Amino acid sequence: MLTFNMLALACALYAVLLFVVAYLADKRAEKGRLGILRSPLVYTLSLSIYCTAWTFYGAVGYAARSGLEFVTIYLGPTLVLIGWWAFLRKLVRIGRTQRITSIADLISSRYGKSNLLGVLVTVLAVVFTTPYIALQLQSVTLSFSVFAEPGTAVDAKGTAFWVAAGLVVFTILFGTRNLDINERHHGIVTAIAVEAVVKLVALLAVGVFVVWFVAGGPGDVFRMVEASPIAGWQMDQSRWITLTALSAAAVVCLPRMFQVLVVENSDESHLATAAWAFPLYLLLMSLFVVPIAVVGLAVLPEGSNPDLFVLTVPLAFQQEGLAMLVFLGGFSSATSMVIVAAIALSTMVSNHVVMPIWLNARQGGATVSGDVRDVVLMARRVSIVAVLGLAYVYYALSGGGAALAAIGLIAFVGAAQIMPALLGGLFWRGATRVGAAGGLIGGFVVWAWTLFLPGIGDGLLVSPALMAEGPFGLGWLRPEALFGIEGIDPVVHATVWSIGLNTAAFVTLSLLSFPGPLERLQGAEFVNILRYSSNARGWSPATVEAEDLLMMSQRILGAAEAQALFQSVARGQGKEGYLPDTTSEFLARLERELAGSVGAATAHAMMGQITGGAAVSVEELMRVADETAQIMEYSSQLEAKSEELGRTARQLRDANAKLTALSIQKDGFLSQISHELRTPMTSIRAFSEILRDGGDMDGEARARYSGIIHDEARRLTRLLDDLLDLSVLESGQVSLHNEIAVLGDILDRAVGATEQGGRHLRIERAVMDERLVLFTDPDRLAQVFINLMTNARKYCDAQVPVLRIVVRDGAEGLAVDFIDNGTGIPQESQQVIFEKFSRLGDTRAAGGAGLGLAICREIVARLGGSLAYLPGQGGAAFRVSLPHRLKPEVPRAAE
Amino acid sequence: MPGAPPPRPPEPLFLERQTYRRRRLMDAARLLPVAGAVLFFLPLLWAGPSGTGEARTAAGGLYVFAVWIASIIVAALISRRLIRSDDPPRGGPTDRS
Repeated sequence: MLTFNMLALACALYAVLLFVVAYLADKRAEKGRLGILRSPLVYTLSLSIYCTAWTFYGAVGYAARSGLEFVTIYLGPTLVLIGWWAFLRKLVRIGRTQRITSIADLISSRYGKSNLLGVLVTVLAVVFTTPYIALQLQSVTLSFSVFAEPGTAVDAKGTAFWVAAGLVVFTILFGTRNLDINERHHGIVTAIAVEAVVKLVALLAVGVFVVWFVAGGPGDVFRMVEASPIAGWQMDQSRWITLTALSAAAVVCLPRMFQVLVVENSDESHLATAAWAFPLYLLLMSLFVVPIAVVGLAVLPEGSNPDLFVLTVPLAFQQEGLAMLVFLGGFSSATSMVIVAAIALSTMVSNHVVMPIWLNARQGGATVSGDVRDVVLMARRVSIVAVLGLAYVYYALSGGGAALAAIGLIAFVGAAQIMPALLGGLFWRGATRVGAAGGLIGGFVVWAWTLFLPGIGDGLLVSPALMAEGPFGLGWLRPEALFGIEGIDPVVHATVWSIGLNTAAFVTLSLLSFPGPLERLQGAEFVNILRYSSNARGWSPATVEAEDLLMMSQRILGAAEAQALFQSVARGQGKEGYLPDTTSEFLARLERELAGSVGAATAHAMMGQITGGAAVSVEELMRVADETAQIMEYSSQLEAKSEELGRTARQLRDANAKLTALSIQKDGFLSQISHELRTPMTSIRAFSEILRDGGDMDGEARARYSGIIHDEARRLTRLLDDLLDLSVLESGQVSLHNEIAVLGDILDRAVGATEQGGRHLRIERAVMDERLVLFTDPDRLAQVFINLMTNARKYCDAQVPVLRIVVRDGAEGLAVDFIDNGTGIPQESQQVIFEKFSRLGDTRAAGGAGLGLAICREIVARLGGSLAYLPGQGGAAFRVSLPHRLKPEVPRAAE
Repeated sequence: MPGAPPPRPPEPLFLERQTYRRRRLMDAARLLPVAGAVLFFLPLLWAGPSGTGEARTAAGGLYVFAVWIASIIVAALISRRLIRSDDPPRGGPTDRS
């Protein structure tokens, strides 16, 4: 037979085991070997603190009373976890980037780091968690009493006291050993994971025992359920929906759940595992609830407490080892919940109540000596003692009656009051501080009035008369029938009214109020956390000394950590030593680091003290926006500049290509000209040598050779004249003798000059059209015409060569076309005929050097016109375009 | 707004097949809790107090646990695939504000 002392010994040994596990885990974490401590498995198991003693023992009792309804408590969390992508991922991302330390911190941080909201949520959490902790103490003492010898009463209050005291020691030892920069407790989380396994194994063991050893198999269990008092499914539909929704809200909003779900999360990807593993855990926890309840109802005597079936059924079959395991499972459920809840609450109380008061009490004292960390840790230790002490007092006063059993759902409804502000804060940028505060206060009041006050203390706080009549006889204010609507289940009633009013106030006040700058910053940051992480800056850097900041940070983060942080930032800025420039970027980062230790609102307040309260203002925001605009302008300038550079580079490339082409041309020109000069020189040298050496030469031959030498010398002279002419023309140093002349006269001169010599060329002119007066250099123009006519005479290959000269007069100027009836110039050659030394075919006979057209083009260009080949005229055709009046010389870049 | 984000390039109309599949996977992940809720609330239709009293706890329990197991399996499949392919640099999450 198990005795009380044996149980106490088992508890003590189990507690020692947990101490050892937590201690080893902390040691491991200190050495940086996190390994399994930070695995998705441990994360998932730590979530199991959702299953408290209330669900461990109470689920079976619940099933024995109302059938399947108990399952709703697990369905809500299942839905939230399998939908992690839509909600929890965002929540965890925010928690990690903003260094959130608690649910109160999250709400406060989202709504402009408002301490008012932090205090509100903290108070709400303390109010609904304290009785909840008392319920855990009760369940432990109750499970002790099961083993008590009949007739010997267990000192319930004494047991509860010692359990509470043990929990205080454990929580303080491992929860407030140091002020972790990320607010993570490796030791505790690992211990909780162990406890999660113990309670799951215990419940599964009882389930297996009941199904296969008592009932005889799943089929028999099915038949037993069919034959049991709960065979018919009498579902209360409103409760089914409400409880599912409440448990979904609670799994996020309960401070202890927020602690393990968000604060202790070290890796976002762990959520992906917990998304299916935690629902699986819940499923296993509830798998055997109905069988145990049914078997308990069948085999235990009438009037047994169904809440203890898990323990009493094994005992009824003399399975003391199993009962011991179950006892430890229940003990685990209770202790793990209490530990985490106490840590979460103490963090909230110290960050949102104690620290602000301490800071206020020491106005301007953030820089004075003394380690702030000691203050924070002491505040937490005191908070833990206070919370557990309060819970114990509550348990002792309430007498451990059945009233406590209802506190679980009451706490759920209380936690759900945070949900509107949380959801709105995460998904609606328009949610404001005023709206959140209004909603929280409204929901809190309605919840307290309709559920909390009537639900606790067995009519001590709210008298039966008041319940029946309403306050001051106002019937429509009766706690369980607001506005006279009766007959609703109290939990559903309270949920509908409190959440309804909460949401309505939250939305309405948010719509009507105007958020402050910091609120809007934080709102944008939270809502858009998954899209981008903007570097919202909140501090004006000018007023801060890095040394002051280091002094303050050392006292919160610890000397080594703070120095490391400052050094790394300084190095990032390219500076030596420990004092970085106090840029607003650095200040924002520092505030986040501090927030990881003392909460957003406190960190903000401390930074405010250091920086002389120069928190973000509208002007500041404008400046930031201005900076952004400047940066954008600068970047667009850069863009324009780079475009310009690209353009210049392209131009340079083009110019280079042109220069290269010119250089090739020049080389060609040089080789051409030396060739042109060499040919006549060769014959001159040869014939002059003959003349010098040949003594017996007759006069005729001598005359012929001299003639050849003379001709070649003339050709050379002409060539050099042409070259000189061309170079003068090209360099633009030609002097024009402009005068008024008639086009016809110039043509007459040209025709006259070309008539003698060579083949006969018939020239067709329209003399009437040629009576045009020009202001130009007639000698030069005549030179062009002569050249064109000579070309026609030389190259026109028709039987009867005819040259038509067509004159057209237009507004822009006049055009003189020289069109012969030869075969013309092939298209591929039309481009090159104006180049120097270009001759088509074998035209040595023509005796030109190929400079004629090049010279003509230059002359016409000097005269303000252009010379071009005119294709498609049935022969070679050139057009000379001229202005009526030569404009004054415009300096022209040499090509 | 302060810290105004740089103007994001407009999201392309057509996505690569892989990106498209990933987007739909996210849609499925978001819809899963809705589907689960609908299935969990389905017994409301036949197990009410106003019902004929035909609803049985045993059969109802089997139904609830079947839905539960199915949703766990689907969640496991979706989550594993979501986490396997890393977040694309941009446009992965498309939560609208």
